[in-house]
Amino acid sequence: MADLPGALPAPPLDALRARLAERAAAAGLLDVAYRSLDTALGTLLVAATPAGLVSVTFDGAHPEQTLDRLAVELSPRLLEAPARLDDAARRLERLIAGRARAFDGPLDLSLARGFGREVVERLREIPYGETRSYAEVAAAVGSPRAVRAVGTACRRNPLPIAIPCHRVVRSDGSLGQYAGGTEAKRLLLGVEAARRG
Amino acid sequence: MTRAPFETIVAAHGARVWRVCRALLDEPDADDAWSDTFLAALEAYPRLRHDTSIEGWLVTIAHRKAIDVLRRRARLVVGDVPERPAPPEGRDLDLARALSRLPTRQREAVVLHHLGGLPFAEVAAVLESSTDAVRRASSDGVRRLRALMGGDHG
Repeated sequence: MADLPGALPAPPLDALRARLAERAAAAGLLDVAYRSLDTALGTLLVAATPAGLVSVTFDGAHPEQTLDRLAVELSPRLLEAPARLDDAARRLERLIAGRARAFDGPLDLSLARGFGREVVERLREIPYGETRSYAEVAAAVGSPRAVRAVGTACRRNPLPIAIPCHRVVRSDGSLGQYAGGTEAKRLLLGVEAARRG
Repeated sequence: MTRAPFETIVAAHGARVWRVCRALLDEPDADDAWSDTFLAALEAYPRLRHDTSIEGWLVTIAHRKAIDVLRRRARLVVGDVPERPAPPEGRDLDLARALSRLPTRQREAVVLHHLGGLPFAEVAAVLESSTDAVRRASSDGVRRLRALMGGDHG
């Protein structure tokens, strides 16, 4: 390139990429769309398949590892496509701000498998503004001795915020772990307590 | 075997692919060829052999898509394809316009090698020619570009 006289203008990459995402979706070739989302809990990375929201993680500022994992576990046909996630992003924002009590959009649970899937399904039954202990969730899934495994399943919940793993706390009342950090868990529970009733 | 997210392919090679498209086409057509290229690549990506050079693969698709766009355009025009209007005498040409005035074979050799980054052996394979012939076409093309773009200087 160095020995050509002159240069071509810079490509309009943002517009090109937006159009590619739309065409890929229309052609059924966009298996995973993602965007980052700035929230009170930090910068999230949110991803969706055509079936629904599939992944929420707290690493939106440095998403490389999660994107690599999604490419392996779901599909390498993965593009940044913010417009495809506008609806899911608005729903998450409403939940975080306490303006909604549940995520009522489509969810794709394909990243929750086996025991983790059973736990995640149970988490959706914990009412807004309430909490359960890890032991109670373990009992609810019929494995009362699997308290530690329930803790792991909560931490690995692929759809935190949308599926309320933050409502599971320790039996002694302390918060326990959270993928987004203890402060994020405290904030979500605080919002729910304030809106409850 | 695992594949990197396709987004990283677009981020790493999007600019190069656009330069190849733009060097062969007007801007609106180049934009179309760019997304045609990445759409075709996205479709084939999960099946791509792991020893494939990604940039060579993309540049080859881009060249083919650009040729497709040119053929579609040619079919839309009744009769001869009009030459692009020549700029006024003595005016410098920018690179895109100068490239459009090269003979086809020179232009393709210059674009694939200098803008696409393909080695001459791969350019020869794409253009179904010999390495020596495409090397010669490319150097003739670059000389012609310098003449076209020299214009007012000196």
